[in-house]
Amino acid sequence: MPKALKINKSVDEGIKELLEFLIQNEKIKGVFTLKKMNDEGAVSYSLITDLDELKEAVPLYPFMPVNAGKVLSAFSLQAATKERVAAVLRPCELRAFVELVKRVQGSLENILLISLTCGGVYTLKSLNNGNLAKQLPQYWEAVKKAEIDPDIRVTCRSCENFIPHLADMTVAAVGKKDIDNECVILLNSQKGEDFALNAPGSAITEEMETADTEKLKKLRVEQKEKLFDDFDKNGVGTKAFIKTFAACLGCHACSHACPICFCTLCDFDSKSCEYQPLSFVSELSQKGGLKVPPGNIFFHLGRMTHMAVSCISCGMCSDVCPVNIPVATVFTRVGDSLQKVLDYIPGRDVEEAVPSGTYKEEEFAEVGEQ
Amino acid sequence: MNKENLPRIVGFLCTWCSYTGADLAGTSRMKIPPTIKVIRVMCSGRIDPLFVLKAYLRGADGIMMMGCHPGDCHYQKGNYNARRRYVMLQSIFKTLGLDEDRISLWWVSASEAPRYAQVTNEFSEKIKQMGSNPLREEIFL
Repeated sequence: MPKALKINKSVDEGIKELLEFLIQNEKIKGVFTLKKMNDEGAVSYSLITDLDELKEAVPLYPFMPVNAGKVLSAFSLQAATKERVAAVLRPCELRAFVELVKRVQGSLENILLISLTCGGVYTLKSLNNGNLAKQLPQYWEAVKKAEIDPDIRVTCRSCENFIPHLADMTVAAVGKKDIDNECVILLNSQKGEDFALNAPGSAITEEMETADTEKLKKLRVEQKEKLFDDFDKNGVGTKAFIKTFAACLGCHACSHACPICFCTLCDFDSKSCEYQPLSFVSELSQKGGLKVPPGNIFFHLGRMTHMAVSCISCGMCSDVCPVNIPVATVFTRVGDSLQKVLDYIPGRDVEEAVPSGTYKEEEFAEVGEQ
Repeated sequence: MNKENLPRIVGFLCTWCSYTGADLAGTSRMKIPPTIKVIRVMCSGRIDPLFVLKAYLRGADGIMMMGCHPGDCHYQKGNYNARRRYVMLQSIFKTLGLDEDRISLWWVSASEAPRYAQVTNEFSEKIKQMGSNPLREEIFL
């Protein structure tokens, strides 16, 4: 049974107290976490070293302004960070970061990974709907009861990987009835235990997976099956695919928000995918018309061949889509089937190779031999 | 036969095995369908899935990827990579309900001229049965 730390404060305060302790004792130099930006509820990921600023941090706030894996990769890209940093991030963000580390886009070294059993996040659009004050208590109520808040992202509702794989510390939230008064932080690794040495709170032992997490998992799997069934009924076929992406503006926001899409120069933004005046003419000579800007279907299908196998279903793409295309649903569906074919779970293990960059000699032996 | 009804197939052939095999089939005067348009690549590992997608979306009725048999790659492992990419592409097409049967992968070695003639004829016939790629009529992609 993993060791755990129990702090007699609400989860939000408890985790902040631990972070404060870590900074005060110079175990870490700073914290990477969500911070309140205004009173309306806007938050942003921030690096904080100042204890006063830390008071404004809201580590468990149910919003994902940007996938933290992407940001963590940005500042550990060239080498491990010089100073030790603690990062509080959601399980899918952690998986995204691991996927990026595999692609040599970041380093896990010198970063203390703190995650949580995750109840999901709201869509960014709900920041502006004025209901936030009402929604937040509803969210935490659902987390306590290990239920699904109906207002969270579609991908969150159908996410069964809400328990982090590789975190050093995990804040137990799902199914914890008493999160307003006590904060339980599981220490999942030796590194986590070392950092938590002499930390405030009492040492206990606690299971990562409880009856409540099992219950939530079951609910989420049900939702996932429903989502996939719906997709398989309505979203399949050439016509349906074109219809789904009919409103696409070609802004590529989905790929810019995607943590797995790390390329500095995306193929689809490069010259090779640019339409020259003559390409319009040549295509028009074969067809009676042309969508302008062209190539949206090619972009989505092509992006799928690049990253869907590592899709961690965070839902950023749907969230940033200005025309509300359910990008994340399509990519989650395709990603799921790819991951099954290749027996791969993104973000499970840093040592596991990215499937599109490796092979086994003995696999798929029947292919090409007919 | 009416030229309009002939399927249009794009073939990506690796230069060391399949292209040489195709060449041998030609010099041996084997009957090869006029439907396949060959693009020579240095290795089947060079066949970017985007090539295949682009051909498919531009209305190619069929796409054949060809390379050396596993273990025989001139660059040791290019065809293993090609195989994975092909499997992934197939999986994506199946999940989305696109025509995965229009995309195919074949191993044809430099000496297998009869095999080259056979698979191109078979695939061409199959595509003829399937009819033309509906995306050819689809304008607004």
